[in-house]
Amino acid sequence: MTAAALVRAARRFRWFWRELSGESAYERYLAHARSHDPRAKVLTRREFERRRTDEREADPREGFRCC
Amino acid sequence: MRRAKPTTIAVWTLVALVGAAGWTVLAVSRGEEVSAAWMVAAALGSYAIAYRFYARFIANKVLKVDKNRATPAERLDNGVDYHPTDRRVLVGHHFAAIAGAGPLVGPVLAAQMGYLPGTIWIIVGVIFAGAVQDMVTLFFSLRRDGKSLGQMARDEIGVVGGAAALIAVFAIMIILLAVLALVVVNALAGSPWGTFSIAMTIPIALLMGFYLRVMRPGRVTEVSLVGVALLLLAIVAGKWVADSSWADAFTLAPSTLVIWLIVYGFVASVLPVWMLLAPRDYLSTFMKIGTITLLALGVLIALPDLKADAVTDFASRGDGPVFAGSLFPFVFITIACGALSGFHSLVSSGTTPKMIQKETQIRVIGYGSMLMESFVAIMALICATVIDPGLYFAMNAPAGFIGTTVESASHAVTGFGYSITPEQLQAAAKAVEEQSILSRTGGAPTFAVGMSDIFSQVIGGKSLKAFWYHFAIMFEALFILTTVDAGTRVGRFMLQDMLGNVCKPFRNVSWKPGLWFASAVVVGAWGYFLWAGVHDPLGGINQLFPLFGIANQLLAAVALAVCTTLLIKSGRLKWAWITAVPLAWDATVTLTASWQKVFSDDPRVGFFSQRDVYSKALDSGKVLPPAKNIDDMHTVVTNSTVDGLLCALFALLIIVVILDAGRVCLKAVRHPATTPLRETAFVESRLVAPAGLIATKEEKAELVAAGVGGEGGSRAEGPEAEPTGASAGGSV
Repeated sequence: MTAAALVRAARRFRWFWRELSGESAYERYLAHARSHDPRAKVLTRREFERRRTDEREADPREGFRCC
Repeated sequence: MRRAKPTTIAVWTLVALVGAAGWTVLAVSRGEEVSAAWMVAAALGSYAIAYRFYARFIANKVLKVDKNRATPAERLDNGVDYHPTDRRVLVGHHFAAIAGAGPLVGPVLAAQMGYLPGTIWIIVGVIFAGAVQDMVTLFFSLRRDGKSLGQMARDEIGVVGGAAALIAVFAIMIILLAVLALVVVNALAGSPWGTFSIAMTIPIALLMGFYLRVMRPGRVTEVSLVGVALLLLAIVAGKWVADSSWADAFTLAPSTLVIWLIVYGFVASVLPVWMLLAPRDYLSTFMKIGTITLLALGVLIALPDLKADAVTDFASRGDGPVFAGSLFPFVFITIACGALSGFHSLVSSGTTPKMIQKETQIRVIGYGSMLMESFVAIMALICATVIDPGLYFAMNAPAGFIGTTVESASHAVTGFGYSITPEQLQAAAKAVEEQSILSRTGGAPTFAVGMSDIFSQVIGGKSLKAFWYHFAIMFEALFILTTVDAGTRVGRFMLQDMLGNVCKPFRNVSWKPGLWFASAVVVGAWGYFLWAGVHDPLGGINQLFPLFGIANQLLAAVALAVCTTLLIKSGRLKWAWITAVPLAWDATVTLTASWQKVFSDDPRVGFFSQRDVYSKALDSGKVLPPAKNIDDMHTVVTNSTVDGLLCALFALLIIVVILDAGRVCLKAVRHPATTPLRETAFVESRLVAPAGLIATKEEKAELVAAGVGGEGGSRAEGPEAEPTGASAGGSV
């Protein structure tokens, strides 16, 4: 395997992992907000993550896992 | 018709032969040890055929999934809860949400009847019932903007069916939490190593929660790596604690553990989500995926021999010590998760449909994930059947059957028709560094012994056996405790919702007095069953597990009834059998089981005849074994009354839902115009994405033509339009 292929595989893994763990949620939110209005006021990462966790407080059925 | 290529035909013939070879060896072997490889072959071969042919038939011919129809994720994309998610990522999310302790517990208990009945039900059940339920529910929820099962039942069947579904979900939640908590109590009682390791998960989670809230919000990976490392340290440190003077402080009796669990359940569910639940969720999910992967590798590398019989005498006699009752119907309710689990319909409706890119992906996400869970159940069955059957029964029979010493247990096991010496029992406990492994009912410890057997064959040998045992216990207890916390919250939410109709302030779910009250009620309810289970002289698991199974299959009946109704209402009467047949089977099994649990003359099976026997003895002042005193006698009478009534309630709920669904179906067949479908209107999709995990040649060409990357994305309309989905993948 060449070095370039290795780097590509590592990048894919990193992307997959960040998607799966929800770490990329903020970037997705930013991209979404900016795609409608590039100068839109957006939440900071801290505010966004707080809101995301606190939403589970309001409706615990979101993100519930099975037995 | 497109002609299949010769290579395709050859490959699928080979897959079919592998599966058939597995089934043949499992079916004809008697009295000799069979390699687990055959079970794996039968499972994987059957899954592949089912996925390729049956699931595809349902998706294309019955549901007619439409790749041109925009999904809720595309139409309502808000970048947060509704957003088109890569199918491979979503399979991971969905699988992590449906697979939990369930598929690890049920198959272990069902191993009392031998490995064959469980294997057949897990594989056949998932193909024709479980995976179908998950996929069809997912499809219908997808067509309704991700509505929950309860809402669909109310909208499409009616108020009565909807209310029954709601009560069913609440009741199941309570029984589920009690049974899972009981599994933890039985695994940790008298085990300082296990108790210490599990207790340490609380400070670890608090630390992670603080880090994610205050220090570096959202950096899940780094904090989870630290968390998992600390978790492994906690397992290692458990041994040091068990060997030190602290051991006594962490050696807890079952009744003490019950109190701790109830206190934990209440406190955890009223604390903010970020403190304990969110970090615990990360930990348990990573542990779960990691351990399941390791286990699959372990099984495939070690390919251990199955030591259990194919079918034991308990299957026909129905007097097994693990749970009472004969093969039909009790194997089919004992193994719920892994074959057919009603609970999944709650995940398939609600969260997942809001994230799907394309309708065509329901096959891999709904059907595929369930096949993976089924394979987890097969691995659990392998773990339970690679250990010596004598040891299996000594671990899974309640103390009422086998006594509390290795001598009495060895004697009782001989009575069951197996043999194990007291010395062997002592050695087995010593190998995993426990004081005793007798009557560790609930499946988790048996699974842990099997897993440590398999793992130590691959790495570490005997020296790591105790570590792997406690690793498995930790991994199960960790996500059970997470479920206890999250489930209490869901129960509380439902209760607040119901109370809100009567008393207005409850409607505000963050109103503190209401929140505390509702939490206390929910914890009190499952705490009651947990307490009763721990103190039941007849053994908690063998009394409560059938109730849990019946409740779970009841929820499956609700989901399948909703699916069948929707198939008929949407003009697919011809194909309604794909969910109607599993529904009929599920209803037969569940109603027969409830009938026997309520009306059977055998006091081991029927709750009320059990009650009669014990209350008559009480009247004449006698004490019947395994009860030891009059208090025990009262306990048996109370428990069997409560359990019997609950069983009757569950049966009644199933009948109500099925009758109400039947009424709507009949109306839909006779006067189609009077039963409107509540489906969201068609919107043309702009997204292009492959259906399966690997894009086909045609799909690749389509992606190129649309000008999006391999991840899929929106068809570009203008030169400056940014393909949204591709930017997620393209930014790597």
